[in-house]
Amino acid sequence: MADVVLRVTGVNKRFGGLQALSDVGIEIARGEIYGLIGPNGAGKTTFFNVITGLYTPDSGSFELDGKPYSPTEVHRVAQAGIARTFQNIRLFPDMTALENVMVGRHVRTHATALGAILRNRRTLEEERGIKARSLELLDYVGIRKYADFQARTLAYGDQRRLEIARALATEPKLLALDEPAAGMNATEKLALRSLLEAICRDRITILLIEHDVKLVMGLCDKVTVLDYGKMIAVGPPAEVQRNPAVIEAYLGGGHKDVATKVA
Amino acid sequence: MKTLLPKLSNDRRAAWLATLLLAAVLIALPFVVGHLGGNAFVRALAFTCLYVMLALGLNIVVGFAGLLDLGYIAFYAVGAYVYALLASPHLSSHFAWIAQMFPNGLHISIWLVIPLGAGLAAFAGILFGAPVLKLRGDYLAIVTLGFGEITRIFMNNLNAPLNITNGPQGITLIDPVRILGIDFGRPQSLFGFELPPVYLYYYLFLVLTIAAIVVCVRLQDSRLGRAWMAIREDEIAAKAMGINVRNVKLLAFALGATFGGVSGAMFSAFQGFVSPESFVLGESIIVLSMIVLGGLGHIPGVLLGAILLSMFPEVLRHTVVPVQNFLFGHVVVDAEVLRMMLYGFAMVLVMLYRPKGLWPAPEHGINPASRAGQTAPQRA
Repeated sequence: MADVVLRVTGVNKRFGGLQALSDVGIEIARGEIYGLIGPNGAGKTTFFNVITGLYTPDSGSFELDGKPYSPTEVHRVAQAGIARTFQNIRLFPDMTALENVMVGRHVRTHATALGAILRNRRTLEEERGIKARSLELLDYVGIRKYADFQARTLAYGDQRRLEIARALATEPKLLALDEPAAGMNATEKLALRSLLEAICRDRITILLIEHDVKLVMGLCDKVTVLDYGKMIAVGPPAEVQRNPAVIEAYLGGGHKDVATKVA
Repeated sequence: MKTLLPKLSNDRRAAWLATLLLAAVLIALPFVVGHLGGNAFVRALAFTCLYVMLALGLNIVVGFAGLLDLGYIAFYAVGAYVYALLASPHLSSHFAWIAQMFPNGLHISIWLVIPLGAGLAAFAGILFGAPVLKLRGDYLAIVTLGFGEITRIFMNNLNAPLNITNGPQGITLIDPVRILGIDFGRPQSLFGFELPPVYLYYYLFLVLTIAAIVVCVRLQDSRLGRAWMAIREDEIAAKAMGINVRNVKLLAFALGATFGGVSGAMFSAFQGFVSPESFVLGESIIVLSMIVLGGLGHIPGVLLGAILLSMFPEVLRHTVVPVQNFLFGHVVVDAEVLRMMLYGFAMVLVMLYRPKGLWPAPEHGINPASRAGQTAPQRA
C-alpha cells in the first residue's frame, strides 16, 4: 500500500440550506502533487478550509501521516504539519519579506517570553537559526534579494512565492495551495510550475486547488474533481479529463465534441 | 596613544558617548530641577517614570498585539492595593487573626511584595483577557473599559461586610520602600549629598523604567514580538502559521499588566496612601493618549508621549498662575481649564498633522514606492 500522507473521508459541511460538501474524501500519497479542481462554487475552498481547520465540518474523519487529527483549531493543524496559502494572498503586509518567513518558523521554535527578556544563549542561537533558515527559504523560492522589502511592496508573483516560503518554513508534511496561479500571467505561471516541481522533488507533498486546467493537467499526479459539493471523478489527470461527468460539469451538457477538442 | 582606547568603531563610540551623556543628564536632573523649582518638580519627575512604565506596559497590549485596552489602569490598581495591603497596618488593625500572626503589623518585604503585585496583576490580565479574546477594536475597548471600572468600584465597595480595602477612604500609613537597609522614607546622605525621599524614589523609578525599556525592546525583537505583530496584521494568517493566537494574546495581556502591577506598587509606596480615586477611567485614557500621541508600537515614541503628557500638567500648574499674575496682574484662566483647552487643541493638531503620533515607528523594511514618493501599490 502506498505511503499515505493525508487521508480524509466522509466530509460533510452544510451552510444553512446549502450542502456545500457531501461525503467528500481524499487520499494523498507521499511526494505527489494532488490536484483539487472543479468549477466555481464547487466547494474546493470549503473543503480546503475544512481540512485546515478554518471551518468545522459536520462530519468526517481526518488522518495525517497515519495519525488522526481533528481540524478544530487552525494552529493545531499547522502544528500537525499542514501548511496552507490563501486564494487571496494573506501576508503580513507591513512586515518585511524575511520577517514573514520568520513568523512561519514560530511553530517549530520554542523561545519563551522569559528567554526573550533574558536573551540567553539558547534564545539567541535559536533566533540565529530562524533567520538563517528563513533566508534559505527566500533563496529557495527565488526572492532572497527582496528579504528586507515590505511584503506589500513585492510584485504579485513574488508575494505568492513569499506565501509559499512562509508555509514551507513551518516544515509541513503537506503543503496546501489555494489557487496559487490565480491572476498570474503566462511567464509567472511557468515559474510557479517549476517552483512546485522543485518542492515536489524535495519530497514535500502538495495539495493544489487550481482553476487553470492546463497547469493542473501538466503538474498533478492525481486529481479529484468536485461539482456542487460532490466528488464526480478521481484519478490521473489524463483519465479524468475524458470523464463525461467532468466535461459536463465544466462545459454543460451537449458539448461533447467541443470538449474533446479542448482536451 | 590610539591603542589605549578600546577598538570601537566610530558608530559604537558615538553610541557609548551618547549613553554616558544621557546617564549623566538623568542623574543630574533632579538636582537641576529641584534647584530651579523645588521638590514638587522632582516629584513630577518620579511620577513621569511611573507613567512611562505604565505607557510601556499598555504599549505591549495595544501597540504590539493590537488589542485596544481602555481598562489598563485596573492593573495599576491591583499592584497599588497589593502593596498597600501587605505593607500597612490596615489589615492587621481590622482582622484579629492577622494581628495575631503579625503583632507588629503587616510589613512584608518589598522583594516579596513586588513579585506578588506583578504576579497578581498578570493574573488579573489573564482573567480580564480570557473572556474578551474574540472581541476586536471598539468592542474590546468597551469591555475592557467596563473591567477597569469594575475594578475601581470593587475597591471602592470592599469595605463591608469585611473591611478589606477601606473603601473610598483608602489605605493610609503605607510603608515606604526599604531596600538593603536604605529607608526611602527618610533623607539619606550619599557622598556628602543630602538626598530627600523624592530624589531616592526618582532614582529607584528611573532604574525600574530603564529595566522596563530593556524588557520591551527585547520582547519586540523576539519570536514572541513577531507573533504579536503577525496577529496584529492578519489574525487568520497568523493562526494558519501555527501561532496559538489565544495564548499569545493572553501573554500580551499578562505581560502588559505586569508593568502596571509593578508601577502601581511603586506608586503606593511613594504616596504612602491609595484610594480608588486614583484609578478612574480618565487615568486609563491618559495612558492610552500617551502612547497614541507618541507613536503606537514605537518605544521611543511611547517614551516621548509619556514624558510630554505627564510633565505638561505639572509645568502648567506651576507656571500658569505666576505668568498671568505677572502679565495681567490677576489670574484670567485657571490652570486646570487651560490644560483641558490645550489638550483639546493638541488633539486636533495631532489628528490633522501627525495621525501616527509625534514619533511613529519608521516603516518596517524597504518600501521602494515610498522612496520614489508614490503611494505603495495595493495588494491584488
